[in-house]
Amino acid sequence: MHLIEIEGLAKSFGPIEAVRGVSFSVNRGEVLGFLGPNGAGKSTTMKMLAGFLTPTAGWARICGHDVVTDGLAARRRLGYLPEGAPAYPDMAAGDFLMFIARIRGYRGAEARRVVADAVARVELGAVFNQPIETLSKGFKRRVGLAQALLHDPDVLILDEPTDGLDPNQKHHVRELIAGMAQTKAIIISTHILEEVDAVCTRAMVIAGGRVLVDGTPAELEARSPYHHAVYVRTIGAVPDVIIAELTALPQVRRVEPSGRADDPGVYVLPSGDADTAAYVRHLFGLRGVTVAELRVERGRLDGVFRDITQAAA
Amino acid sequence: MRTVGVIFRRELAAYFTTPVAYVFIVIFLVLAGALTFYVGNFFERGQADLQAFFDFHPWLYLFLIPALSMRLWAEERKSGSLEMLLTLPVTVPQAVLGKFLAAWVFVGIALALTVPLWLTVNYLGHPDNGVILGGYVGSFLMAGAFLSIGAACSALSKSQVIAFVISAAVCFLFIAMGSRIVLGPVQTVLPTWLLQTVTSLSFLDHFSGIARGQVAFSDVIFFGSVMALFLFANTLLVELKKAD
Ligand SMILES: Nc1ncnc2c1ncn2[C@@H]1O[C@H](COP(=O)(O)OP(=O)(O)O)[C@@H](O)[C@H]1O
Ligand SMILES: [Mg+2]
Repeated sequence: MHLIEIEGLAKSFGPIEAVRGVSFSVNRGEVLGFLGPNGAGKSTTMKMLAGFLTPTAGWARICGHDVVTDGLAARRRLGYLPEGAPAYPDMAAGDFLMFIARIRGYRGAEARRVVADAVARVELGAVFNQPIETLSKGFKRRVGLAQALLHDPDVLILDEPTDGLDPNQKHHVRELIAGMAQTKAIIISTHILEEVDAVCTRAMVIAGGRVLVDGTPAELEARSPYHHAVYVRTIGAVPDVIIAELTALPQVRRVEPSGRADDPGVYVLPSGDADTAAYVRHLFGLRGVTVAELRVERGRLDGVFRDITQAAA
Repeated sequence: MRTVGVIFRRELAAYFTTPVAYVFIVIFLVLAGALTFYVGNFFERGQADLQAFFDFHPWLYLFLIPALSMRLWAEERKSGSLEMLLTLPVTVPQAVLGKFLAAWVFVGIALALTVPLWLTVNYLGHPDNGVILGGYVGSFLMAGAFLSIGAACSALSKSQVIAFVISAAVCFLFIAMGSRIVLGPVQTVLPTWLLQTVTSLSFLDHFSGIARGQVAFSDVIFFGSVMALFLFANTLLVELKKAD
């Protein structure tokens, strides 16, 4: 059984069709990244999974429990971080987490233990007694994360868990998610593409309420024209004759300048699966031009993202 | 029930971590005292009872209760914490009940703090303490009814100000129902049975009996029904409005 199952899920707000028929399932061990522009329907989909919004059509199950007809059981198995990590601002972080623990059915010493565990995992100890409204954005987000994973749920749904955090905090949250990935089914939403690479085993591009692409981050990268492109830099500008010769090769689709004023390098875009790097290296050697730097690109997710979502718009 | 208890405890504690509790209690005590002694002529009446004190309660609650209840749902919706709360293993009726009970107990605490007044009348004379107890019970029941109205109105809007104004208006309607202000213009055109029905919904009618020591079962049922009705409405409104 899949831990998360969704079939034909749709939600309309009056005339606005926020989500229009989304179907997929997520297994234990998977970290699914929801990618999509603002207003794509990511949060709406997550809110339906978390039982906050009632779908207009379709159904969803968490650990086999329907989120509408068996919502309480579904929510017991779920940890959910809403967008912006809302909490009770007047409460101290520790009191808030104790409240969550009690709601989740823990009592006395056991409640204190799960709270202490969660606090240790998200490194919240320093602000345990501080009112949430006085916390920095990073700590607030961590309180939200602690709340979501306090009961060690099988399913985690995190809406923009790293939004607004500084690079160190982002790194920490990603490590945390990666550390739990093996034992849970996790969905995170983001519009930061590097995040998909960093933590997700699967990426789903959503726009206009529909799933446009569902694949591994590598498959997504492979859609980029820069996938396996070769970047070469010589001392000084790359000679025009070499650019002309490269362009003439059947293995090469196009040669592009780097696009940065201080970078004289060029990108050699392959056609097909050819091992372009070998040809490039060979040609530069043949013409006696010293190569200062040469590397093979993996592909540019932001370009892929733009292409996919703009084609749909 | 356990979940209701957890929510109840959090809510009640929340009153005391913010100035809300202290402001409410101080204003309540000052106003209750001032109205009783200056407007109600407590001493001049020359009677050892708390009649003057209880007579002002409907009017005191008219704006103090909406001030207390306006934040119950409006604030949670505005800050987004409602989404957090309702995606925990909590049902809407549990949340409605937990919040309501906490607010009601809080008003009960404020009411209990007027005990020095009761001690005063006992010191000054020999009041009928049964009547006074009845007054407290009636006042507490009426406060619950006002609170349930305020809680339901708070679920209507994300704005606490709007919630306050609507609750106060609805509470006023229930106080004044049956009086000339409300019925005057339509008195002649409405059928008698309707007038009687409307009048029978008046909080003042039901409270004045209790405040005079006649705790009638029907009055208790009346306030209980108002609470049940508005808490039910509250549940529906939260379900209906949570997504907005
Ligand atoms: N409560 C609501 N009422 C009306 N429209 C809404 C509501 N919530 C979301 N929407 C609309 O639904 C669409 C999807 O929003 P959302 O799921 O928040 O997108 P995302 O999280 O991908 O940025 C948007 O057009 C948004 O304006
Ligand atoms: Mg969103």
